[in-house]
Amino acid sequence: MNPSNQAVRVDLQDWQAVCSRHDLVPYSGVVARVGDAQVALFYLPEAAQALYAVDNHDPQSGANVIGRGIIGSLKGQPVVAAPLYKQHFSLLDGRCLEDPQQVVRVWAVRFNGDQVEVAV
Amino acid sequence: MSAQATIEQRERLIIVGNGMVGHHCVEQLIERGALARLDLRVFGEERQRAYDRVHLSEYFSGSDAETLALGDAQLYAEHGVRLHLAEAVVEIDREAGEVVTAQGRYPFDRLILATGSYPFVPPIPGPDGAARLVYRTLDDLDAIRAAAYGAQRGVVIGGGLLGLEAANALKSLGLEAHVVEFAPRLMPVQLDAEGGAALRAQIEALGVGVHLSRATQSIVEGRDFRYRMNFDGEQFLETDLIVFSAGIRPQDSLGRSCGLEIAPRGGVVIDGECRTSDPRIFAIGECASWNGSVFGLVAPGYSMARNLASALSGEPFEAFAGADMSTKLKLLGVDVGSIGDAHAATPGARSYRFIDEAGSAYRRLVIDAEGKRVLGAVLVGDNSYYDTLLQYVQNAIALPADPAGLILPLGSAAPALGADALPDAATICSCHNVSKGAICAAIDGGCSDLAQLKGQTKACTGCGGCAALLKQVFEHELSARGVAVDKSLCEHFAFTRQELYALVRVEGITTFEDLHACHGRGQLGCDVCKPTVGSILASCWNQPIMDAALVPLQDTNDTFMANMQKNGTYSVVPRIPGGEITPDKLIVIGQVAKKYDLYTKITGGQRIDLFGAQLHELPEIWSELIAAGFETGHAYGKSTRTVKSCVGSTWCRYGVQDSVAMALTLEDRYKGLRSPHKLKFAVSGCTRECAEAQSKDIGVIATEKGWNLYVCGNGGMRPRHAELFATDLDDAGLIRTIDRVLMFYIRTADKLQRTSVWREQLEGGLDYLKAVILGDSLGLGAELEAQMQQVVDRYECEWANALKDPEKLKRFRTFVNDHRPDPAIHFVKERGQRRPVGNAELHLIPTTEEVL
Repeated sequence: MNPSNQAVRVDLQDWQAVCSRHDLVPYSGVVARVGDAQVALFYLPEAAQALYAVDNHDPQSGANVIGRGIIGSLKGQPVVAAPLYKQHFSLLDGRCLEDPQQVVRVWAVRFNGDQVEVAV
Repeated sequence: MSAQATIEQRERLIIVGNGMVGHHCVEQLIERGALARLDLRVFGEERQRAYDRVHLSEYFSGSDAETLALGDAQLYAEHGVRLHLAEAVVEIDREAGEVVTAQGRYPFDRLILATGSYPFVPPIPGPDGAARLVYRTLDDLDAIRAAAYGAQRGVVIGGGLLGLEAANALKSLGLEAHVVEFAPRLMPVQLDAEGGAALRAQIEALGVGVHLSRATQSIVEGRDFRYRMNFDGEQFLETDLIVFSAGIRPQDSLGRSCGLEIAPRGGVVIDGECRTSDPRIFAIGECASWNGSVFGLVAPGYSMARNLASALSGEPFEAFAGADMSTKLKLLGVDVGSIGDAHAATPGARSYRFIDEAGSAYRRLVIDAEGKRVLGAVLVGDNSYYDTLLQYVQNAIALPADPAGLILPLGSAAPALGADALPDAATICSCHNVSKGAICAAIDGGCSDLAQLKGQTKACTGCGGCAALLKQVFEHELSARGVAVDKSLCEHFAFTRQELYALVRVEGITTFEDLHACHGRGQLGCDVCKPTVGSILASCWNQPIMDAALVPLQDTNDTFMANMQKNGTYSVVPRIPGGEITPDKLIVIGQVAKKYDLYTKITGGQRIDLFGAQLHELPEIWSELIAAGFETGHAYGKSTRTVKSCVGSTWCRYGVQDSVAMALTLEDRYKGLRSPHKLKFAVSGCTRECAEAQSKDIGVIATEKGWNLYVCGNGGMRPRHAELFATDLDDAGLIRTIDRVLMFYIRTADKLQRTSVWREQLEGGLDYLKAVILGDSLGLGAELEAQMQQVVDRYECEWANALKDPEKLKRFRTFVNDHRPDPAIHFVKERGQRRPVGNAELHLIPTTEEVL
């Protein structure tokens, strides 16, 4: 994906501040409420993309637990393992690696200074 | 119809029916590339796209219509198949070559009937509605659910396979379920008299009423319940709802009204190519009658769909030649299997029978007159015999010298059929008709991973019943080809757990980052290597697991030091060493449970589990428990769990040692020890063994002179008795021996390998283990003891440690930007406590959000 295209696209959206950098847990996840949605925020301080955000809702179990999954990398792509049934979701496109029918929404997310902002 | 005109002259194929068989036919046509020359339309009478009718009862136990749906929702559209749902075909106009629906007429060149069957409802006088429900479609199930509202008791008429499934569905709705069967036994088609009796005993033990040899004469208004069913001879049964499941009839009305040949007992007559009396029209599945028989199982329907799809794609195909009606089921949780000639109808057939009246298990083996082949079998109570017996029947494998061994309880040297004994023609997966030969061909084609094999061959993607056999064949064939099975932990470490343990120990590595930098590859790690390394680091150095560098390594439950349950809430287990607790502490547990409204249950390890806490409540709960003197119970970790004990010589007239004191010593010593898998201990005060120590990883039984030590037992899925390891040890000798056994296990076991499996795979077996531990044959004894002592000395309650550090507590927030709990977590009250609401009950929950 062309990064400049992405920038143009997300700049049209509203950014909502959800927490500060200090609220994040390095190499792990926390959860923020954004309106009625729950967004899992994952922080990889030394990676090229340091921040990822996906839905906290686990389509397989129906519980809001994705933010408590283990972060990893499979075949070069950052993933989170759902904590109840251990299926993996790509943090890039939200697709489940084991079952393409399961998808979690990916949210645009960025640092604005020390603020963490999610595009709504 | 301009869109139609633009379509080139492709053959117009219509499939009437979007059930499991109709859907399978579409999938098979797509897979064979036939859609390039076919313009395919599918009509389904129901609102939902094809779904899994075999597992229909799961609709009441958590599955919704979408999880039961078959295949990808986009599949039809992606391949240009036009799917007309909720559009019933009302007529086939053979003269015009069109099907007629309420919406219009659609021309066809060829037509496939896959209309399935409908439930037979005998003409019994009585009211409609809740007294005349059926069990076939999702809409039927919705009607049953609606009728069950406010009902207490439900009756199923029909004790066959579907009837028992329906009874299970009623039970999952919380009803008192009864089954009424006309025949003198349950499942009369599949089972013989003894099998039926064993099944009845098991089902009655589950609280389901069974009424045999009962013909319902009429249904009238009831006195204590909504309805009364009157049987022969003045007998009756009252109930709030009645589900008819007295058999199915082929849905052949379309074929009938357009003049296709219909079999005397119903069903559109087809030949081996699934062709009806009109050569343009085919019929597959339960609406078709082949050779006078209708096949009421999914596998024969799939096989018709597959053969027909091949024929329509211009590929070579097999003619349908009947089907094996063998079935393996779990009905109401009871295993039932029926293979081949289960009733010994073959002339000269003889039987072996195994009857266990205590456990209500029954097995029958039917062999031919010459005593050479297995003809059939009946299984009730344990289907672990099914796969082997089915292979004997399907592949005409010669009987072993002692045929009775095939149905005798395992452990008495039953001759299990190894993967190498199967011929290439042996069917491994009946759902998708995958033979051993096809699996070997895939392996020869370079397939070296089980998931890939399943994807390529489709084996084990139907009912899943062949999973164990498939794995066995796969591993056997791999090693037969001299393929070294890759033992790498994951893509980040080309080492086994044991090798990583040695690296950590020898190089004194204390963080995942260092280990990954020196010996790993790729980035970041994953959910396999991180918890494994986290466990190794804890076994070696026992640093607090909530330290910042260790947090991201922990498995789900270790991360928050509690056990995640199905709805995302946690359960909390304080340590109760040896199961001994003062009334004051018991009261504190009660007070905490009451304050946080936690569901409370006694565990098998003599502790108390408190369920339903949300993430943000955990620190508050633990600060109250710790203030009362409790410590974490490590119920969440692959670590020491409990030391169970009997009351011992202090109270018991038979006790010869103080088992409680020893249990306290052991639990205090090994608490917090992390290991490849969980560790359970028990101490019994005499040979009566009330603490069940012989089912534990470490079992200690008192003798007149000291302690006998048993090792490597477990309960669970595959129980294993612990083996006697050393006798008459004194206290110090006992602890020294346990230190060595456990540290040797931690050093040499694979990840997530319990002591039982470790011991079984240990080369040299128990004698070798005794030589290493008791004889110190490797000279490791002192080192193992010192390593254990280091872990013991560094013990600290993880919860106490976390509560002291605000930085660590930061993680225990349900939301970082909102103090409220998760609004999606709902509870209902049951037996005086709250429990998570089931998916099936969600409609009962008010949707307004609770604001605290």
